[in-house]
Amino acid sequence: MIGSTDLSRIQFAANITFHILFPTINLALAWILVFFQQRYNKTGDKKWMNAYKLWVKIFALSFALGVVSGVTMSFQFGTNWPGFMKTVGNIAGPLLGYEVLTAFFLEATFLGIMLYGYGKVSNKVHSLATILVALGTSLSAFWIIVLNSWMHTPIGYKMVDGVAHATNWLEIIFNPSMFYRLFHMMLASGLTVSFLIAGISCYRWLKNDKTESVIISLKTGLYLAAILIPIQIFVGDSLGLNSLKYQPAKIAAIEGIWKTEKSVPLLLFAIPDGKNKTNSYELKIPKMASLLLTHDLNGEIKGLNTFNGNYPPVAPVFFAFRIMAGVGFLMFAVSWIASWQMYRHNKIKDFLAKILVIMTFSGWVATVAGWYVTEIGRQPFLVQGILRTSDAVSSVSQKMVASTLAIYISIYVVLIISYISTIFYMTRREMNTEGGQPLTM
Amino acid sequence: MEQIINNSNWLPVAFAAIMGLAILAYVILDGYDLGVGILINKANDFEKDLMIASIGPFWDANETWLVLGVGILLVAFPIAHGEILTALYLPVCIMIFGLILRGVAFDFRIKAQDKHKKWWNQCFFIGSLIAALAQGYMLGMYILGFKQQFQDILFSIMSAICLAAGYCLIGSSWLIMKTQDQLQKKAVLWANISLKFTALGLALVSISTPWISLRIFNKWFSMPNFIILLPIPLFTGLILIVLYFILKNMKNNNINFPWIPFAGSVVIFMLAFNGLCYSFYPYIIPDKMTIWQAASAESSLMIIFIGTIIVLPCIIGYTFFAYKVFWGKVKIENQ
Repeated sequence: MIGSTDLSRIQFAANITFHILFPTINLALAWILVFFQQRYNKTGDKKWMNAYKLWVKIFALSFALGVVSGVTMSFQFGTNWPGFMKTVGNIAGPLLGYEVLTAFFLEATFLGIMLYGYGKVSNKVHSLATILVALGTSLSAFWIIVLNSWMHTPIGYKMVDGVAHATNWLEIIFNPSMFYRLFHMMLASGLTVSFLIAGISCYRWLKNDKTESVIISLKTGLYLAAILIPIQIFVGDSLGLNSLKYQPAKIAAIEGIWKTEKSVPLLLFAIPDGKNKTNSYELKIPKMASLLLTHDLNGEIKGLNTFNGNYPPVAPVFFAFRIMAGVGFLMFAVSWIASWQMYRHNKIKDFLAKILVIMTFSGWVATVAGWYVTEIGRQPFLVQGILRTSDAVSSVSQKMVASTLAIYISIYVVLIISYISTIFYMTRREMNTEGGQPLTM
Repeated sequence: MEQIINNSNWLPVAFAAIMGLAILAYVILDGYDLGVGILINKANDFEKDLMIASIGPFWDANETWLVLGVGILLVAFPIAHGEILTALYLPVCIMIFGLILRGVAFDFRIKAQDKHKKWWNQCFFIGSLIAALAQGYMLGMYILGFKQQFQDILFSIMSAICLAAGYCLIGSSWLIMKTQDQLQKKAVLWANISLKFTALGLALVSISTPWISLRIFNKWFSMPNFIILLPIPLFTGLILIVLYFILKNMKNNNINFPWIPFAGSVVIFMLAFNGLCYSFYPYIIPDKMTIWQAASAESSLMIIFIGTIIVLPCIIGYTFFAYKVFWGKVKIENQ
């Protein structure tokens, strides 16, 4: 039987996995909406407004799902992880407080005006509302990433009687991994949305809807993806080097390195065996890991044996990393080939369009896998070096957690299925009434 | 007791006040849209769309007050946050399930296929109802200090029904203000019924609370407190009676001042809330932990306090702006 700590972890993981899907879309989609609206304001061309109209609806739907799952998290801190706030509340508290105060109200209030205010306020005010919503979502991402990165690379505090007290807020906010994580997440959002837009536009394309608003949406998605993916690979690599410095156990788990070695090979595939502390079925490139991580073919990398058992479960981190990186490189290839076709011929081959439809939600896969790498990779700590996950869990009984977990998961599964099918349904409906839909909900 | 109150550190008091403000704002604002949700099944399809359109632009921001309330609890009183939410584990989860269902139903009911609309309407109703009931239940549990005896559970169930009735009252009053013609007349009827349940619930909770808790009894029924506090129940009773007659009048005649029931309900909520606050202060967990015992480090509180006094007026400002934008009777634009 699984203990209540693990059940609480699964519950929080389920909740945060479900939650992150929607901010990942909205973070970048908000700015794309600003872009569509500004293009319309400048050119007066209806195609931009048509694109705006479809995507603002998808934004609203994603926002609602993000809000309800976000509310859930603010409560789960208390219901399942009281030890977190007890130990690091003096630092996590103000950061979360600023998120609510500066971001949540801003986005929620102006979202109302953005969705329902068209025609009730001037176009200027409406455009401003769209910008403020985008600003709100980005601010929200900023504060939560500050907190999350501090949990990985804590600094600017002192411990008094087992409780963390802030000593330097600038250090806390601009902690060593903050900018890497912030950019990594922003870019992940940009890629998720560009593949979402490209996928939905290809879906319309394949259904023989080749109107101008489809073409500009497709171009927006593809070009954006093609620009962002190389930057993302670079930023991801930099974050990896940052983790090597501050969380070497995570890197050892990612690379599947059990013993400290020189000239470490890069494992493309393997099955990590936690019991015997070794890998089987290795498929490797000699010396490559040393080269990537230390920029030296013979560089030494610390193995898991040096951490006295304080290292994460290897297999999930190892596989999640390969899923994330694999999807990333697939995105690279597909977005570049498709962008090139679009740029040269102003159209896309059906075969490629089909691949893009399949990849509509590929950003979700990479993002979630990436979060698993970084969060599981921090275990057994909840806050690196300060607080163990097992010391933060609440005393709620195992049965209670198990029953709420079952309900949460069933709700989430139903909602994800509804969300995806509704997006495609809305797209089909939009195709039938292109341009005829009013902007209201 | 004296010693506790004379504590020189004023920040926890300030945060208790801000948290109180956030919870009051939540109960009033999300109260009316939860109320509209509970009443949704009493309307026909066209009216349902109108009812939802009347709360559409606001519900999201309304719910954010809950996040602020629980956020301040989390931020300013982290130990209490853990204790309270652990003790209320199940009702909190049930409330969240309710809030999830209704929150997503808002969007899905319009965006999903027509054949599923009925289903999402149902989700909207059930979600609103169980969220309201769970909140009322938690309030009851909180008043009694999380005891789990039979009479405590009975009391909490009563408090759950009372709060849900209160939400229906403020929700139907909102509809009287925001709609016209038939739906408005229907709303008058709903307000009339929920007013009676609210009055009954308020009376039961007010009478039984001092009966169950000796501390609260002493706080209310000692001189001169009794005289000073007497206006709270008196005013509440007076407003309930006035509302009763106004609603009765609205049923049969023209509706001239459609905002009066809403204003009246808001005042009832404020008075009831004041009474509760008085009963609890200075405890954040009744009879167990004071706001000073639960507070975060002073330096951390100061950091948020500065932000709060700068940002909160802005939030209130643009909230008013949003209400001004959507002022007046709700209409449905051609879909």
